[in-house]
Amino acid sequence: MNATSPPNTWDAYPDVNGRFGDFGGRYVAETLMPLVLDLDRAYAAAKADPAFHEELNGYMTHYVGRPSPLYFAERLTQHFGGAKIYFKRDELNHTGAHKINNCMGQILLAMRMGKTRIIAETGAGQHGVATATVCARFGLPCIVYMGETDVERQKPNVFRMNLLGAEVRPVTSGTGTLKDAMNEAMRDWVTNVADTYYLIGTAAGPHPYPAMVRDFQSVIGTEARAQMLEMEGRLPDAVVACIGGGSNAIGLFHPFLADEGVRLVGVEAAGHGLESGLHAASLTGGRPGVLHGNKTYLLQDPDGQIIDAHSISAGLDYPGIGPEHAFLHDAGRADYISATDEEALDAFKLCAELEGIIPALEPAHALARVGEIARDLGPDRIVLMNLCGRGDKDIFTVADALGRRI
Amino acid sequence: MTKARIDDRFAALKAEGRAAFIAYIMAGDPDLEQSFEILSGLPAAGADLIELGFPFSDPMAEGVPIQRAAQRSLAGKTTLAKTLDLVRRFRRQDAATPIVLMGYLNPVLNQGFEVFAAAAAEAGVDGLIIVDCPPEESGPLADALDAAGIALIRLAAPTTDDARLAVVARRTSGFMYYVSVAGVTGTKEADEHTVAPAVERVRKASGLPVAVGFGIRTPERAAAIARVADAAVVGSALVDEVAAALADGTPATPKVLAKAAALAQAVRTARA
Repeated sequence: MNATSPPNTWDAYPDVNGRFGDFGGRYVAETLMPLVLDLDRAYAAAKADPAFHEELNGYMTHYVGRPSPLYFAERLTQHFGGAKIYFKRDELNHTGAHKINNCMGQILLAMRMGKTRIIAETGAGQHGVATATVCARFGLPCIVYMGETDVERQKPNVFRMNLLGAEVRPVTSGTGTLKDAMNEAMRDWVTNVADTYYLIGTAAGPHPYPAMVRDFQSVIGTEARAQMLEMEGRLPDAVVACIGGGSNAIGLFHPFLADEGVRLVGVEAAGHGLESGLHAASLTGGRPGVLHGNKTYLLQDPDGQIIDAHSISAGLDYPGIGPEHAFLHDAGRADYISATDEEALDAFKLCAELEGIIPALEPAHALARVGEIARDLGPDRIVLMNLCGRGDKDIFTVADALGRRI
Repeated sequence: MTKARIDDRFAALKAEGRAAFIAYIMAGDPDLEQSFEILSGLPAAGADLIELGFPFSDPMAEGVPIQRAAQRSLAGKTTLAKTLDLVRRFRRQDAATPIVLMGYLNPVLNQGFEVFAAAAAEAGVDGLIIVDCPPEESGPLADALDAAGIALIRLAAPTTDDARLAVVARRTSGFMYYVSVAGVTGTKEADEHTVAPAVERVRKASGLPVAVGFGIRTPERAAAIARVADAAVVGSALVDEVAAALADGTPATPKVLAKAAALAQAVRTARA
């Protein structure tokens, strides 16, 4: 295998209308359409400007702490007795998750566009914390919409955002989770069109967000690919990531899309189990529809009403998925499987005990499937997983699930 | 019928020299039967056209009143099919008042555009407004509605410039809906001084009557807008009457119709 990436025909997506095959697009109210089109132009200009990349790379190195290491998880490899398991350590980034890769890119873009007020939605609070962080760093006011259910279960992150100077607005409409937070952020944006930049945290929403978030997160896969070639002299056989909206997964997958020998595996949250109906597995248990500005797979009832997702992990608790994943799913380029709350908890404990790394509950879902993927591949093969966040934020949720008081 | 019913109504009002009063209510709010009573009573209360909302779980352009109306409607298991049933029943007693369905794309997409358009035309629907389906995404929907003779009514907003207005006007029929404020429904107030030139711009670009909505809650506002636009749309203020009736434990229909009558009266006498 070559050290440089082969030509990536997958780069042709999205098309000029923001389409990944049948998915994606720009399904927003007319008031927002001119803003979305303006953002598209501004992002295209920034993307083509070497000065923008130079500035971004500087902050990525000195503020975010990139590149993140590639780590051989030796004891987990021994435990499962199959392929070598590697972690891409994006939990070591500043703020403890991959989310800041995207926030750094978008905040620089927002300032280029002359925007003076930043809004964001957050589920687990990781994107909210990352947004509040970059807003503090660049001195911009920040408002984070967060479902009131999530405010309750992610109190440490709410406090972090407050410390960083952000205003957290609890969202009581709907069911008070991530999708409602996104609705409310859209309502804010449509009300404050002149000065406000909506910093979306996942690879979903109207074009150009899915492509832009992917581009900013692709640093994960680009680094991991080069690091793997350096450490092992070859590419991995399988690449695994958890999926809520899908930003860490698309960031890891995209630089590997043209490497046909590399199997791409996304792990959705199966909650209490797919058959229970209480899950967040949009690809496995949903069907195509339109929500939050894009066409993609959604959890919905027979009348097209969106169904609430369920996951122990607030970061995966979303009834949709980024449109590029919907496309890769239908094209057969990536496989999408799932892990339950219980399986994720087991993986969470295993990772802490064997590797001395407390993972976030989100990547614990990916880890829950890595063992069997490694065993199926067998020794002398390599599986790469994105450890996209650390678990400090989850200790209360985990203690609760384990019936312990802390 | 269908599109023609909208065109006829605006032509007749133009001859009368007054603007239309368009009443928005949510199907199934507070329940299907009461929403049918309200719908049935609206023409006598003075509604010249009716916008019948169909509920969606995630109404991103709505303020709190219509969000809550949608939640009440969904709690009563209102579906798109049951919404069409309301229209079908209404048509047995009223063949002249145009009905425009208003909502979000996913329930319609879920049914399939052709299936929906045929069923809606059969039920007696005249037009459709889909908030989250801009011109760039509405080709297949427009085709299906054309085939069924239903008007696709598009929204123009304060952020829509002249170049974009041409795009928005293309394939729009019946009337154009001007969103008078940058914001969600029922929050900011429409100002006739800024609305008047915008209405003129939209009228010129589309050659269609222009209805104004999103910022009209009182008879005074409705009258002011009716002096400069071809129609004034009121939704949140009517839906609030349903919420108030529920809070009081009183029937919703008389409250909503009394409010509608006051608004209609203001629109009818605005240019007198």
